[in-house]
Amino acid sequence: MPDSFLAMGGYGAFVWPAFAATAAVLLALWLESLLRLRQRQRTLERLEANLPPRRARQPAAGHGPAT
Amino acid sequence: MHRFANPGRFMRLANRLLPWTGALTAICMTAGLYLALFVAPPDYQQGESVRIMYVHVPSAWMALFVYTCIAAASAVALIWRHPLADLAAKASSPVGAAFTVLALMTGSLWGKPMWGTWWVWDARLTSMLVLFFLYLGHMAPMNAFENPSRGRRAAAILALVGFVNVPIIKFSVDWWNTLHQSASVFRVDGPAIHPDMLWPLLLMALGFKFYYLSLLLIRVKGELIEARVRSLNFALLEAGHGRAEA
Repeated sequence: MPDSFLAMGGYGAFVWPAFAATAAVLLALWLESLLRLRQRQRTLERLEANLPPRRARQPAAGHGPAT
Repeated sequence: MHRFANPGRFMRLANRLLPWTGALTAICMTAGLYLALFVAPPDYQQGESVRIMYVHVPSAWMALFVYTCIAAASAVALIWRHPLADLAAKASSPVGAAFTVLALMTGSLWGKPMWGTWWVWDARLTSMLVLFFLYLGHMAPMNAFENPSRGRRAAAILALVGFVNVPIIKFSVDWWNTLHQSASVFRVDGPAIHPDMLWPLLLMALGFKFYYLSLLLIRVKGELIEARVRSLNFALLEAGHGRAEA
């Protein structure tokens, strides 16, 4: 890249931080959203795996299944 | 609209849409950035510093657009009690706040070389700062209330009350004598900027919109899952079985 591109006509110290900040914020927000979603999905899977299966639970001791 | 109140339906729709919105985000932003940095001409007065416009203006537009979406979602949540509307509002405000911060920061970086100052308390900048605080005020009740739906209700009311700030921001440069320049694009007479500058600007704006849409879908998915986790935790606690998961 030619020097003048980085220098941005003398305004490089203002232009590049502006683009860099934009990229950084948008990327960080996107990553945070995705990571939080994945984390919640994992939590949900763990919870659903630990759920007692419906209607298959043994009745309390002393009571036989009504047949 | 109520068809998508069903979480499963929304999840499926979101999963179908996300690859497209993601791709469109990438395409628009790449094309917009390329044009903005390599093709668009420098300004006859501002030189190369005008390139900051290509991130500053779309950020500012998004700050207003997202708040408008939050206000609309809040109205829907309050009036029709649509369950997804609350979640859309909650998911949106950090994104809107981020865009507001970006608009303010890139604006300062543009203002320092052009106006000679990082900040001025003119009507445009001040009302944008107020917008940032309104976003913070929207996010606060969500977490402050023990009952989440109470928090969302309070936030919805606040969002609607604060909406008056949006037209104030838009017309601030007309109603008051501001250092910030007046509108160059959304004017009654049409855009006043050259097409060589307008197209990169619109492309970046479109890219930012698709970005917001993608993030909205991801974040609402997350909210729905979190709601399900909460209700499962309650069920487990009540049944006395298992461990509640954080």
